[in-house]
Amino acid sequence: MTPPLQTRRWVALAAWLIGMVLCAFIVSRTTFTTDLSAFLPQSPTKEQRVLLDQLRDGLVSRLVLVGIEGADAPTRAALSKELARRMRGNPVFVTIRNGEPITNARDQAFFFDNRYLLSPAVTPERFTVAGLRDAITESIDLLASPAGLLAKQLLPRDPTGELIQLLEPMASRDSPRLLHGAWAARDGARALLLAQTSAAGADIDAQQQAIQMLKQAFEDARRQLGFGAVEAKLVMTGPGVFAVASRETIKSEVTRLAIIGTLIIVCLLLLVYRSITALALGLLPVLSGALVGIVAVSLGFGLVHGITLGFGTTLIGEAVDYSIYLFIQSRQPDMKRDADAWNREFWPTIRLGVLTSVIGFSSLLFSSFPGLAQLGLYSIAGLVAAALVTRFILPHLLPANFTVRDVSAVGTRLASVVAQAPRLRWPLALLAMVAATVVLQHRADLLDPELSSLSPIAIADQKIDASLRADMGAPDARYMVVISAARQEEVLQAAEKVSQQLKQLVNTGVLAAFDSPSQYLPSLAIQKARQESLPGADLHARLAQATIGMPIRAAVLSPFLIDIAEAKKRAPLERVDLDQTSMALAVDAMLFQRGDQWTAMLPLTAPKDAPESGLAAASVRTALQAAGQPETLFVDLKAESNRLYSGYLREAVLLSLAGLSGIVVLLLVSLRSVGKVVSVLLPLVASVMIVVALLVLTDHRMTILHLVGLLLIFAVGSNYALFFADTKSSAVTPQTLTSLLVANLATVAGFGILGFSQVPVLQAIGMTVGPGAVLALVFSACFSSTITTSTGATKPGR
Amino acid sequence: MMAAVPAFANAWSIDALLQALAKTPPGRATFTEKKTLAILDRPVESSGELSYRPPDRLEKRTIKPRAETMVVEGNTLTLLRPPRTFTLQLQEQPALAGVIDSIRGTLAGDRKMLERSFRLQLEGPAERWTLTLFPTDPAMAANVHLIRIGGVQADVRTVDVIQTDGDRSAMVIARRETP
Repeated sequence: MTPPLQTRRWVALAAWLIGMVLCAFIVSRTTFTTDLSAFLPQSPTKEQRVLLDQLRDGLVSRLVLVGIEGADAPTRAALSKELARRMRGNPVFVTIRNGEPITNARDQAFFFDNRYLLSPAVTPERFTVAGLRDAITESIDLLASPAGLLAKQLLPRDPTGELIQLLEPMASRDSPRLLHGAWAARDGARALLLAQTSAAGADIDAQQQAIQMLKQAFEDARRQLGFGAVEAKLVMTGPGVFAVASRETIKSEVTRLAIIGTLIIVCLLLLVYRSITALALGLLPVLSGALVGIVAVSLGFGLVHGITLGFGTTLIGEAVDYSIYLFIQSRQPDMKRDADAWNREFWPTIRLGVLTSVIGFSSLLFSSFPGLAQLGLYSIAGLVAAALVTRFILPHLLPANFTVRDVSAVGTRLASVVAQAPRLRWPLALLAMVAATVVLQHRADLLDPELSSLSPIAIADQKIDASLRADMGAPDARYMVVISAARQEEVLQAAEKVSQQLKQLVNTGVLAAFDSPSQYLPSLAIQKARQESLPGADLHARLAQATIGMPIRAAVLSPFLIDIAEAKKRAPLERVDLDQTSMALAVDAMLFQRGDQWTAMLPLTAPKDAPESGLAAASVRTALQAAGQPETLFVDLKAESNRLYSGYLREAVLLSLAGLSGIVVLLLVSLRSVGKVVSVLLPLVASVMIVVALLVLTDHRMTILHLVGLLLIFAVGSNYALFFADTKSSAVTPQTLTSLLVANLATVAGFGILGFSQVPVLQAIGMTVGPGAVLALVFSACFSSTITTSTGATKPGR
Repeated sequence: MMAAVPAFANAWSIDALLQALAKTPPGRATFTEKKTLAILDRPVESSGELSYRPPDRLEKRTIKPRAETMVVEGNTLTLLRPPRTFTLQLQEQPALAGVIDSIRGTLAGDRKMLERSFRLQLEGPAERWTLTLFPTDPAMAANVHLIRIGGVQADVRTVDVIQTDGDRSAMVIARRETP
């Protein structure tokens, strides 16, 4: 060893070590997240802002839907009540509802005591002689009805039936049936309970704590109920539950996949190299690449998403290729151990492959879908780092007479196989053509337009969620009208005007129902107007006149006089007056302050027979226009999220195409031959076609992540194709063939493992890149123009 | 028919009555109901149609004084009072539940169900019987004093409800022959 070489080695090692320590330091300070942030746009529109707020901390995001299954119906109901008893009063939950009449008495008292402030029927006309006569006649009619039993007690105090006015919208609302005193599914098979957390849905730690508490309380309740309850089990869904579950899944999947992928690659490399040193050195670029990738994302985005990490572990599959090429192509026992020769012969090809990948991925950087941009940056940084370490650091770290096991036997056998490969040209070309036809035929429904296709929630859990929701009649909060203003009073007044319009839509059947904070907390203006509608001292005379000829004596109604007099001077309702009633919660969810802006959110319920595509948005918008409130917005959250996603998807398609064009330009510039570029690209295009056709034929609709997968096929496959298309090394040597095969196996192991992931986005990449990488190698081998010459060179050697 | 077969008086019992009622095919009837309430100077009257479908569907279609339909199925009561619809759970309204369950239970001939909420007392022969139901459930007993159902053989003719505050309703039912 000459001293300069030794020095260079130390310098290289020190540089690498310092770099890695620095990276490790940054990684240790990086925030990792598994929440929705990866899917949310950075500069949302007004409608998207509503969507995001709802996802993060809207009422719906805080709901935990609980079902109790197994055991018998009375036990389930008892468990529900016991669970509710244990959870009520716990500050983690705002409410626990299971049909028990916990707040009924308080709610009814609230409505009754404030009926003249709350009832929209309170107008001056209602308290004229004629108005009173109509209202009282109606109330007496009601006495004859089956509901008369309930109306009877109220009549002396509420002869105009204001309470009925108030309760009507609530009484017609869908709520679960009661079975043994607790909510139950329609078929009675499970008891139902609805919990609302105080923490926002996006606060996953708090959600996890709430879920843990529910589980614990259920266990305790079950133990307390004893033998009969042994069979009972708890099912929970809801945005918080899903957020917690997907965090768990992503965490465990990332770890599991990383371990399995690494193990497979380690075994493969050990099998090939038969040397621990070679293995360790071979993994060095991979490790460096992974670390640099995380650091790049961390510095670029401020945080790293779990999905990026999960994806990143599989980049091992591609990054490991570089050291495989280096070792097998330059460190065979019978070779002159000439690093410069490798640098001359092979490095340019690899460099072009890396550049191809970088250009392909760099298009992702421009995505407004942060998750995708993270993947792009991670891949670029990781691959560049892995390649640079392989080229500039690794050779210096190799022991002086470092060789890997002689693979020429395998290589020679491979060469003879590859020699036969051109025979497959026509069948493969035919296959690619068939695939292209399939893809063309299905071009209209290749892509999955639903955002839910990206959801990390297993289909089975989504089904449970849907059935619990249907049982519970839980709000899906798909449609809402959002009103904003500077002050609470203004927002409420606007909500009242909008409500008037919406009421007409309910009457005409466009809407089934709607809710508004102004129903429980009317604006001060309208409360005052209602108070002024109430008659003063002359009520007595009017009442006497109105009841002439009626079967009721005015004297019976004297409590009415007292109540009206009291209502007239009652202080207006404020938000605190709702405390301790179940409407407090409803109002807080619908009326809130964010920054210096007040917002009212009016959920709309579509009629049961509304088409899946949604309710008549045009009529709603017309109604809103008629209300004349400028800061009013109608949002269809489902359509909005799908629009958001399809925007991402459209953009991803365009960016992928841009990446592809970038690759074509790069290849044209470097190879300076249209023919060569075509011979590099053709196998890749054919592979992509077949993979897409396979997806179509197996009923998979492509998501954004499938697109990323296709891009990866190009990135990985371009290395193979370049080796075969490279005519500088006039023949593909057996060593190169072996290195390509080993690299391919490593890639397939790294990505293929993802195909078994439970996280749909990772699975999408796995099932795309796994087969794609194999196809790319096979196609490159079969359509390579250098094969024919190479066979002549290798055959005599056998 | 069932009640006419036995020759000795002993055979007429609550069981015999309820069995006879249980065997009666479901059908429709007209009703008139007169409610006498303390707060009103004169009774309010209503009339319409009743129909029952075993085991638990009861429909009361009022024609006068105002068109209105009440449907009870299982535990859910739906009141259609155009333009409004009210839905409520029977458990939430024990007084109402008592009246409805007494009628449903009697028509179904379900002694077990009746005895869950009432103490039963039968008077009179099969040709003119009176079944009195005294609520045992405290929430119900607070409102309803007793429910008296009268009939001839397997035919329910009257349902009287007497409330604890003295208010009462008397319903006369006339079965319509179904083909």
